[in-house]
Amino acid sequence: MSSATTATRPQAAASTTTRARRRRSPARIVLYVFVTLTALAWLFPVLWALLNSFRDYHYTSLHGYVSLGGFTVENYVHAWQQGEFTRHFLNSLIITVPAVLLTLFLASCVAFVVARYSFRFNLLLLGLFTAANLLPQQALLIPLFRAYREIPLPLWMSDSGRLLDSYWGLILVNVAFQSGFCAFVLSNYMKALPHEMFEAARVDGAGVPTQFFRITLPLCRPALAALATLQVTWIYNEFFWATVLMQSGSKFPITSSLNNLRGQFFTDYNLLSAGSIVIALPVLIVFFVLQKQFVAGLTLGSTKG
Amino acid sequence: MSDLPTVPAARAKAPAPRRRRGRRVQVTGTDRVFLVLMVAIPTLLVLGWVWVPAIASVVLSFARWSGVGGLDTIHWIGAENYKNVFTNYPPFYPALRHNLIWLVFLFVLPTLFGIFLAVLLDRELRFTRFYQTAFFLPVVLSLALIGFIWQLLYSRDQGLLNGVLNTQIDWYGDSRWNLWAVLVAAGWKHAGYIMLLYLAGLKGVDPSLREAAAVDGASQVRAFFSVVLPVMRPINIIVIVVTVIESLRAFDIVWVINKGTNGLELISTLVTQNVVGEASRIGFGSALATIMLVISLVFITIFLSTVMRGERR
Amino acid sequence: MSRPRSESEYLARLTPPSVAAAGISRRGFLKGTLGAGAAVSLSSLLAACGGDDKGGGGGGSASQEVTFGSNQSDAVPKKAYADMLAASGLKVRVNTVEHEVFQQNINNYLQGNPDDVFTWFAGYRMRFFAAQGLAGDLSDIWSGLSGFTDAFKQASTGDDGKQYFVPLTTYPWALFYRKSLWEERGYQPPKTLDELVTLAKQMQKDGLTPIAFADKDGWPAMGTFDQLNLRINGYQFHVDLMAGKKAWDSAEVKKVFDTWRGLLPYHQKDALGREWQEAARSLLKKESGMYLLGMFVGQEFPKGKEQEDLDFFAFPEIDPSIGTGAIEAPIDGFMMRADPKNEEGAKQLLKYLGTAKAENTALKADPTVIGASSEADSASYTGLQKKAVEFIGSAESIAQFLDRDTRPDFAQTVMLPGIQTFLKNPNDVDGLTKSLESQKKSIFTS
Repeated sequence: MSSATTATRPQAAASTTTRARRRRSPARIVLYVFVTLTALAWLFPVLWALLNSFRDYHYTSLHGYVSLGGFTVENYVHAWQQGEFTRHFLNSLIITVPAVLLTLFLASCVAFVVARYSFRFNLLLLGLFTAANLLPQQALLIPLFRAYREIPLPLWMSDSGRLLDSYWGLILVNVAFQSGFCAFVLSNYMKALPHEMFEAARVDGAGVPTQFFRITLPLCRPALAALATLQVTWIYNEFFWATVLMQSGSKFPITSSLNNLRGQFFTDYNLLSAGSIVIALPVLIVFFVLQKQFVAGLTLGSTKG
Repeated sequence: MSDLPTVPAARAKAPAPRRRRGRRVQVTGTDRVFLVLMVAIPTLLVLGWVWVPAIASVVLSFARWSGVGGLDTIHWIGAENYKNVFTNYPPFYPALRHNLIWLVFLFVLPTLFGIFLAVLLDRELRFTRFYQTAFFLPVVLSLALIGFIWQLLYSRDQGLLNGVLNTQIDWYGDSRWNLWAVLVAAGWKHAGYIMLLYLAGLKGVDPSLREAAAVDGASQVRAFFSVVLPVMRPINIIVIVVTVIESLRAFDIVWVINKGTNGLELISTLVTQNVVGEASRIGFGSALATIMLVISLVFITIFLSTVMRGERR
Repeated sequence: MSRPRSESEYLARLTPPSVAAAGISRRGFLKGTLGAGAAVSLSSLLAACGGDDKGGGGGGSASQEVTFGSNQSDAVPKKAYADMLAASGLKVRVNTVEHEVFQQNINNYLQGNPDDVFTWFAGYRMRFFAAQGLAGDLSDIWSGLSGFTDAFKQASTGDDGKQYFVPLTTYPWALFYRKSLWEERGYQPPKTLDELVTLAKQMQKDGLTPIAFADKDGWPAMGTFDQLNLRINGYQFHVDLMAGKKAWDSAEVKKVFDTWRGLLPYHQKDALGREWQEAARSLLKKESGMYLLGMFVGQEFPKGKEQEDLDFFAFPEIDPSIGTGAIEAPIDGFMMRADPKNEEGAKQLLKYLGTAKAENTALKADPTVIGASSEADSASYTGLQKKAVEFIGSAESIAQFLDRDTRPDFAQTVMLPGIQTFLKNPNDVDGLTKSLESQKKSIFTS
């Protein structure tokens, strides 16, 4: 059928004329306009916050917000100082980095075993892990809270003496909740690795650790990078556990510290804008720089690789 | 290289079900230890941090306990907590209603809109990188932060919305509007997420399918519904489940606004209010938590069975 | 947002330094305070960084260190407390926790490893801890304390008749107003409910909102309930109701809600979206005539002329046979843990904290509270504080505020949403009170 051959002609050859024609079609123009306007509207709240973060409160309270003018950088300075951002960012760092590393490591371990070796329980295991990722956290609050209160930790690990109100407590809870998703994604990815390599390695006498560290992990770098991007974002943004399992205000990571700042910021919305932008900045930077990894991570998890 | 000798299953740790790639392997001493550790440690962590508390929540829902004092101060009272939740707790039905509204809203608006955007962006547009970035951006922001950013628009005295519309509505404070205001903000994030998932799925659709439909004279719209959509079934299921889970887990944004009171009650905030702070209604809170768990598990099971079925393909 | 406890909270919640509109330069003031506060917080943080020691109990001695758990986390009161403790002559190690967190965490704190002495409030919870055996008996100290009226002693007594609490500061709840505005318009503080209604109507005619009102956080409106209940049904009924001994669907309680409904038209509208600071500012801006709140309302008034302009009067009488002898004045103070490591030192510290000298030092931080002891130095008090001293000193009975007088789970999960429901729908009092009563029954039976 001639139309079939038309259909199978390589895209490149067909596209020059088609693309030129498509660019001109009115439907296409409407499409562009619509998508552009929608995209700009989508960005608007963040852009609005950005704009106002540079405006002086005195000016906006006088002229209202539907105005332009009164630009200053003071808000950022004030927000940083009053919100004690240095300490809270440090807290976020202390919690996020180990949590991400630990999550990826443990998830890779499980994924390795599940992908390479077939046990009866493989599916059950994966199910356990994935479901853990999806359960509503509030439903688990009470027993975890109580348990955290009881479990003692040596003082060098937690200055509260317990798992409650300690960085380790928060790290562990994040690892437990996030490793499911990562294990699932990584197991899919690892299954796709050519098993001949492993056979060869086994024949050469490589034990499990070697197979894992020398062969599997390096090969999984793209998936790991993608997951790391996602995990950094999610753990950084994590709000609930940080709010309930951390008691000292000085130990809150940055996202939960927002809650405590309401009182100080609630009159001056420009200050609030500046604070919000500062807090959003790390994930925004990660997102802009590593957008491809970010998208890859989410799609790996949802599509079949 | 593919036909390496396989050792009889007798000595193998792995049983010998025939899997696609014939993984009958022998696992010796130290390797076995490593493998066990590699599975055991993460599993114990997840069991201990997620599943044991889940079971404990269910168990505690049958008790009355103030949380002060040891385990010996627990009184077991059967299903009384549940009776109280359903008949003696005014915020409960509003919370259920709000969760349901949340679910329906997320489905009808952001999810469908996200799918729509994905379909649009799938058309090889020129600035697609910019568009994708614009729509993805809210996805990386924490929902709590989103609550704050939208406050700049919603505030009664200083918000842009009131400034432009010349109204005096307290969008976050008036229980007639605040749920919808919050839903718009949450939907803003959710749509981007769905769009991302769907776009990836669309890119995976075999182009020949679409060409064939075009050849058969189907309009774009019809092609989408009759050809693409059915093929996207796994993605559709994931989108549905993600939407349900997100609506059940909604918490952050509502908590930062007013701790889930006055029109913003959600089951998650009810659980937290009953437990965090001085009010220690442990048993009662656990009953609420168990209700959340049951609802979630229904959907999680659907999700898992779909995905796992795919595993076995 | 909780009730503020100190002036520095007020400072922290100020309109930003860039606002010169109010004619007061806060920039330098704020920066200076923050700077000083930062220096002090750092040093006390370091002191507190040692964490709880896990050692067991022992008799201890006065020369050994006494640990002190403090919820005064804002810069200025922190310094005031530090000064106060330094002047005690004892070696005190302070562990400061953010005050909201301290309160929420009190269960964990007391069952974990609490400090020998810690800050807390009078009220139900204090008695609850005493009854649970989590607080130390302070009756022997009380025999040596002077300057506290019977009302304060009563507030410090547990259910078993022993004292477990040493008061430090207090402040009254009353109807606050701006003298200059009332003089200008010729208003007089009403003595009865009818006079209040007449005055409110007059204020409305004059274009003011009679009574400012805000209940976004849920607790401020509890103050209104308490005042009405105290006036309509008396102190004893109120206490019994809080203790769960009286029914919420009784005619007495319904009367309170009905009376409140009658007054609602004179309250500021849309209270559920407003925080108390905003309502206080409407009082400051002379847009509202009066505001029923605690004395901390003064924290929203700039120091100087505006704060001087603030005055208050007792909630008017409703039932002549009950009068206005009962007031609401939450008391902040200290308790001792059940098994202190350094009991002798702790008791000596508490004895000192119960003196007027200690109070005077603490009071330097906050002009919106007064010392609990009648021996406190009132010379440096503002006019408002002096009036508060008289007000509290002459009260027949003192209530603590709903969420301190009753079980916290009841206050938090039942009363808070219940009152908000009432404010949204004041007509269904029967349904509301029935629901409150049945919920109360399910909570109090344990």
